[in-house]
Amino acid sequence: MATSTAPVREPVTATATTIKKRKPFLVDLYSTAVGKKYAMAISGLALMGFVLFHMIGNLKMYLGEADLNEYAEFLKKLLYPLAPKESVLWILRLGLLGMLVLHLHAAWSLTMLNRRARPVRYQSARDYQEASMASRSMRLSGIVVFVFIVWHLLDLTFGVVNTIGADGEYVRSEVYANVVRSFDRWPVALFYVVANLLLGLHLSHGVWSIFQSLGWNNPRFNAWRTAIARGFAAVVVVGNVSFPLAVTFGIVSV
Amino acid sequence: MSHTLSNLTVKVWRQDGPNAVGRFETHVIESITDEASFLEMLDVLNERLISQGKEAVVFDHDCREGICGTCSLMINGQAHGPQRATTTCQLHMRSFKSNDTIVIEPWRAGAFPIVKDLMVNRSAFDRIVESGGYITSPTGGAPDANLIPVPKPVADAAMDSAACIGCGACVAACPNGAANLFVGAKIAHLNLLPQGQAERYRRAEAMVDTMDEHFGSCTNHGECSAACPKEISLDVIALMNKDYRSAKFKNRKELSRN
Repeated sequence: MATSTAPVREPVTATATTIKKRKPFLVDLYSTAVGKKYAMAISGLALMGFVLFHMIGNLKMYLGEADLNEYAEFLKKLLYPLAPKESVLWILRLGLLGMLVLHLHAAWSLTMLNRRARPVRYQSARDYQEASMASRSMRLSGIVVFVFIVWHLLDLTFGVVNTIGADGEYVRSEVYANVVRSFDRWPVALFYVVANLLLGLHLSHGVWSIFQSLGWNNPRFNAWRTAIARGFAAVVVVGNVSFPLAVTFGIVSV
Repeated sequence: MSHTLSNLTVKVWRQDGPNAVGRFETHVIESITDEASFLEMLDVLNERLISQGKEAVVFDHDCREGICGTCSLMINGQAHGPQRATTTCQLHMRSFKSNDTIVIEPWRAGAFPIVKDLMVNRSAFDRIVESGGYITSPTGGAPDANLIPVPKPVADAAMDSAACIGCGACVAACPNGAANLFVGAKIAHLNLLPQGQAERYRRAEAMVDTMDEHFGSCTNHGECSAACPKEISLDVIALMNKDYRSAKFKNRKELSRN
């Protein structure tokens, strides 16, 4: 509800100006909706970087078992021997986790803000003009992708829901075998495909949104923003969807 | 060539007061010329209601020439109805066909409480403008024209933003009830011009902070711009975001200098 408040009168002379106490910069920025959109955009950029390199790394699957497993070993040895084994990997992991938490928290609090902004919904059907399926389903696609991430970690990182874990010893470093065993189950392969298509939908709107939220707007590249978003989403989706399909159709097998 | 529409079913939202329970009321307009404006169609309906001793449907309207920003109405799920770049008062019945059903609802947003029927209180917009949508200039003799040179593209962009009539269609159309297009337009209008530079960042921060108290947040659907009778571009939202970020830095610096 709009409440009418009298405007605060400021002192007339500069000498009478008192310094307003401010919250620390980032807290100050994050406390507003526009600031939360900055957090959404920046964490989104970090997560985009992750999904792109995750997809590129997994293409090693097509080069064979040894290549993929060696790549997994390489990730553990990032910057080794300068840094201890796995240290850089853990820094990246914690950074990503932080970004994910930030992304989820901003999404949650903005959603709640938006609900409060329209407590009584329209009683007749809306006729949307510009809102796309992607933009309208950001929350749904985001939730499905989040559930997928949890499953994906349980499946191929911890081996809890991997069949090798169920009837034998799950060896995490045998990445290639684990992937093939997992995707040999068609419902799992189907879930991976569906989740990645939704990830693509999420990206196709989210990547474009980043430009707006960060105020990156210029007639020189505005026409490219949609193309970049769709192109990025397409590259990630095609790569990621190919993995379960390749296993299902026997292109990649043990 | 005028043409007569027949048998229009009009479902109109009736609500006795801000906290009353509302409902749709159905009326049939047997015949109306397609040269009538949408509001004239409602006038015809109201004349009939009054002659029957019933209460007229309350709706906002003033200039009826598309420049004051008073009229509103969600018509068949679209703010200001089906015609782009057009306010409800400039919408004509030729946009509809005989036997159509027309559903009319008020703007719905927490910050726009319903006064009665289709009339809403949009004073939350005034709170935002009060907080920075002006230039604090000492008044005196009118300055000479072109005393302050403004590059043509800048003048054009500022004018495009200044075209905002503050009708609230952007908030009404936004699935999130956000006012970013309105506030973006008000900020862009002044922040692009040389006269607005002195208070540029104070304005950006104050107006965005006030917006935050009343409205939702932008998720870049683009519904606002599509509904805007003045076709204000989403570019103003990006400019607002940029100036708000800069303001957070610059205003802190300014404070430390005091």
